[in-house]
This record gives sequence, structure tokens and C-alpha cells, in this order.
Amino acid sequence: MPHWPDRLYAALKRAGVRQVGYVPDAGHARLIQLCCDDPGIHDVALTTEEEGVALAAGAWLGGQRAVLLMQSSGVGNCINMLSLIRTCRFPMLMFVTMRGEWEEFNPWQVPMGSTVEPVLKLCQVEVERASKPDDVEPLADAAAQRVFGADKAVAVLLSQQLIGKKVWTK
Amino acid sequence: MIERREAIKRLLANRPRDLFVVPGLGSTTWDVTSLGEDARDFHLWGAMGGAAMIGLGLALAQPDKRVAAITGDGEMLMGLGSLATIAVKRPPNLAIIVFDNGVYGETGMQPSHTSSGVDLVATARSCGFANCLDVGSEPELDTLAGKLGAGGGLLFARVKIVREEPPRVLPERDGAVIKQRFRRAIGAAP
Repeated sequence: MPHWPDRLYAALKRAGVRQVGYVPDAGHARLIQLCCDDPGIHDVALTTEEEGVALAAGAWLGGQRAVLLMQSSGVGNCINMLSLIRTCRFPMLMFVTMRGEWEEFNPWQVPMGSTVEPVLKLCQVEVERASKPDDVEPLADAAAQRVFGADKAVAVLLSQQLIGKKVWTK
Repeated sequence: MIERREAIKRLLANRPRDLFVVPGLGSTTWDVTSLGEDARDFHLWGAMGGAAMIGLGLALAQPDKRVAAITGDGEMLMGLGSLATIAVKRPPNLAIIVFDNGVYGETGMQPSHTSSGVDLVATARSCGFANCLDVGSEPELDTLAGKLGAGGGLLFARVKIVREEPPRVLPERDGAVIKQRFRRAIGAAP
């Protein structure tokens, strides 16, 4: 069975995703690389995650499906821009790699990591959580269906347990 | 320096049929609406800092259509990083146009950083926009308008406008309605 980022990429392709906005992230590194290597996907590196919310709205206005990839700290950067999604009922699909939980070593990751779920729910974004590799693909399929079929905003959280403890390579 | 309503009128006087516009929160939304409500405009009543990035997503999705984000200096400053993101992505069908009067018109005309020397044309150029226009006269405005058709390329333009508060002209406020009529106009929705 392929690694979960490959299966997540396959789910995004099945869903017809054409634009992927991201801020570089270790947990999403494999998925980002797959998207960058795919000529059928516009990969858009962002300076801050809120740009990706606006990007997704623009994509939908033009008839394309987009996703936003980010780390838990990026959720806080998106809050006001999510009002665009809610007010206009734009589809919005996010995959959030979690920090600040499980074996976290950096206390600075904890405040945002621990508030991701309530913050998203307050913004009327539905929250799903994948804790095991086998959870990711079916959650992504279901979320994409509900986002693009029913104009919903859904965030799939990818647990730190799933991604693994951050290890500095140097 | 040009009066803002005169500027928008001149800019869109011969609007190409395939030009889709994202007017930024506040005064530029009222400016664009002063020409009459058009389904090809995605008006923003919020989402400050997002106009240029909405323009990018739209331009990537519709490479055969021309897209212009028309916004104010304060709105652009809130999403300044998006100039870097857009310049790196280089969509050939996107124009970012900033009506710059150096003040936040919606909150009581407080000065923005462009009043203190922040130069948005130089910023765009340093981000990598090869085509930057600094517009301060009617002939220059006509040159910019001429680049809003097909083949105009990725461009950034600052339009220096007079500090004034013309009467607000308000468009539809229901975001879902604005979204759906826009999608129908561009051929993205039944």
C-alpha cells in the first residue's frame, strides 16, 4: 500500500483538484512535491496561508477546484479570510498537519496547535481528524465530495502522531 | 492625479467582453459599481487583503480570459505578500491595479503607508512584475486601459487618484448571489 501522502494525492486527483496553495511544510513535503511535479495542477507557493483562502475562492469563481495545505500554525492566519468563504458559501478544502500535540518538542507550537479545532469550528469549518495512515484517503474522499458537492468548508487535520515526531535533519 | 470616478470610467470605458474584475473592499468596489452593476465583477464587501489573490485563482482557472483586480492602497498593503506570490507564479492574464490616494477612505481618511513613502510600483517591480505602470494622467490611463484586453500580459499599475469621498454606490451585498452570477457570467456554472 502506498504511503498516505501518495494516497491523499490520488484522492485530490479523483476529486478533480486543479489548484493547490501551500506554505512549505515538512509534514506536507511529499504531497507538495507530487503536486509540483503534476502539470495538471497549478501549485501556488504562498507567503501566508490566508492568501490560499482567497486563491481557492478565485479558483472556484473560474470553475476550478482548489485545496489549501498548511500547518496548524497557519490556521490562525486564515481567520478573517474565512469570512469570504462563509459569506459567499465558497467550497473550501484544507489539509492541516498538526503540531503542538503528541511528541511535540517546541512549546511555541502548542498555543495554535491546541486551538485549531475550536477556532475552525467557530469559523463554521467542519473538522475531521486522521490519526492513522489508513484514515487519510477515505476522509479526503468524503471531504472533497461534501466540499465541492455541497459548498461546504472542511478541514482534515493530520495528527502529529500520523506525521511523526519532527526531526531536524541538520 | 485623477478623480477616482473619472479614473474608473476611463479605465473601463471600452471594457473588453472577456475582462473580469475583482474590485477590492471599500472605495474601489463603489467606484466599479458607479458604472452599473455587472455580473463580470466579483465585488468585495470584506476579505481585506484578498483581492489580488482572488484574481490569481481566477486567472489560473481561466487562462483565456483577462482578469483585473482593482483595489486601493490600504487593501493592497494588507496583502502585500500576494504581490510576491503572483510575480513568482506569473499568470499572463492578470492585472493588479491599485488606486492610490494614500489614505484609508472607509475609516476616516487616515494615512496609509504610501503617504509615508512606501512605493507600490517599486514594490511590485522588486517582486518581479516586469510590466509596471505608474499612472497619473488621462493619457496614461488610456494606455493602461489598452492593456486590459487580451495579450496585455501580467502587469501592475498604480493609479494616483485625488483624496476625496464621492458618494458611495453600493452593489448587491449577498455574497452567494454575487458569486453565482459571476460564475454564470464566466461560464463556470449552469
